[in-house]
Amino acid sequence: MSGGVATRWNGSGKRQSRVAAEADWVRASLIGITVLFLGVAVVLPLSVVFSSAFSKGFEAFWAALSEPDAVSAIGLTLLTAAIAVPLNAVFGIAAAWLVSRYDFWGKSALVTLIDLPFSVSPVISGLVFVLLFGAQGFWGRWLSAHDIKIIFAVPGIVIATTFVTFPLVAREVLAVMQAQGNDEEEAALTLGAGGFRILTRITLPKIRWGVIYGVILCNARAMGEFGAVSVVSGHIRGQTNTMPLHVEILYNEYNFVGAFSVAALLASLALVTLVVKKSIELGVALRARRLSRKAERDGRASLAPPSLKMRSLA
Amino acid sequence: MSTIPPPKRRRPLTLRRRGVLPGFGLTLGYTVFYVGLLVLLPLFALVLKASTQGFGAFIHTISDQRALAAYWLSFTTALAGASINAVFGVVVAWVLSRYTFPGKSLLDALVDLPFALPTAVAGIALTAVYSENAWVGSKLLSLGVKVAFTQLGIIVALTFIGIPFVVRTVQPVLEELDPDVEEAAALLGAGRLATFRRVILPSLFPAILTGFALAFARALGEYGSVVFISGNMPMKTEITPLLIVTKLEQYDYAGATAIATVMLGASFLLLFGINLLQRWARRAEA
Repeated sequence: MSGGVATRWNGSGKRQSRVAAEADWVRASLIGITVLFLGVAVVLPLSVVFSSAFSKGFEAFWAALSEPDAVSAIGLTLLTAAIAVPLNAVFGIAAAWLVSRYDFWGKSALVTLIDLPFSVSPVISGLVFVLLFGAQGFWGRWLSAHDIKIIFAVPGIVIATTFVTFPLVAREVLAVMQAQGNDEEEAALTLGAGGFRILTRITLPKIRWGVIYGVILCNARAMGEFGAVSVVSGHIRGQTNTMPLHVEILYNEYNFVGAFSVAALLASLALVTLVVKKSIELGVALRARRLSRKAERDGRASLAPPSLKMRSLA
Repeated sequence: MSTIPPPKRRRPLTLRRRGVLPGFGLTLGYTVFYVGLLVLLPLFALVLKASTQGFGAFIHTISDQRALAAYWLSFTTALAGASINAVFGVVVAWVLSRYTFPGKSLLDALVDLPFALPTAVAGIALTAVYSENAWVGSKLLSLGVKVAFTQLGIIVALTFIGIPFVVRTVQPVLEELDPDVEEAAALLGAGRLATFRRVILPSLFPAILTGFALAFARALGEYGSVVFISGNMPMKTEITPLLIVTKLEQYDYAGATAIATVMLGASFLLLFGINLLQRWARRAEA
């Protein structure tokens, strides 16, 4: 993960061998296949979303978004993300601190558990909460006796969303923390700084881009979650409909312009997420290159921080 | 006992073995509490629910004709989607890590789109592209290929959501490869294809397999992007997650839980396999 910072980030900066290179036609056709594959598989569906949303003009698009059910769906989605994302962000930083700073018994089991929501089908993620809080669930009777509604209500949606998105910040922050090591923190400790001061003055500034990226990604997934939320929401229009569920309802009612208008809003969110991700990557790469060039000029060993490697998945 | 045992190497009695920074107790407590509440407890509820319904009923539900058809469909379509991604993912990763051309960083950013785009949006978009009255769908239909509301449609959706996995696991490995090895192969008389097949591919192989397994695991559980394009016909285009939802909508909680337990078991096996693969990949890199 560390080292090779300057070359890691730009394919062009990498030494290109003349002996071991493909013929031009091979190169061209591989680029062609890539453009064609991503064009058909990604760009085409994405453009259909926007062209269908605006197929009846901007007024129809705006009308679909300003209709009361859509407004309440947007509101619920924002509320859900506003609860789930901060919870998972705080957890993510704590978990990353724990896993990257200490060795302890059961650490790899804990990491596996943190990753678990990723490998569980979203439908199952919803189902488990129905089994806990639903009318026939373990606490169903107690909850209904106290007149608390979780399933088919807003709390269920928030809980399911939190579950589905909860590894996202932890993973990104963990990758960054592991790459950066904790020399600075240990130095601060020997200089007499306490835990809270180390966290706020050293660690958080060091990992900020990782946190921001994790939060952005977590937010995108929280707002876009469909399967788990669909199971726990009960699809009550104007009350327990998030934006993705609203898309589904409109689509099934053959209101395609409406469905694609809301979908376009969600797709824009995804695009913004990608733009932020790309700019963080470029910013980090530029800074690393600048630092290593400065170090070279000063004639000392590179002080460039290890690369902030964006891992969206693995 | 009369003999004094030889002094053993002392081991600390605490859980913690290394790390001088403060905050171990706090972060451990918080993490374990959060994970326990949000992950362990719900999963425990699922297993408990599955175990209370009696073994006979459980086996009956999970080996029902319709369930078997759903498992088979989920397995084959996920396999197909992941295989398509394994092939194209290597090409995309190769192009993105080795060549420079205008628009490259745009393509690179687009690879992550399936991860950021809500699955329901992907679902209706793909259906709109491939349905019979759309331009692409009608062209394909005139060639005799029906995509929407068939198993092919499911494969299209699962391919879409799996795109980032292989690319993002193979790309860093390709970037780290030492060009000297390839040059040596070339100087020893190997052609470019032979170099790829005998030198590059073996070092990429663990990463490709990991990416494939990740895409496969994701595809097995995928719901949102598939339900719109699949048509959802029992025995034909009903994937396993959809069967769970169908049972839930009929208030058959025991049935839904039984099928979910089977899926969860499959996911755990895959997760275990992926962990082994990643360990292998790390060793291959080192």
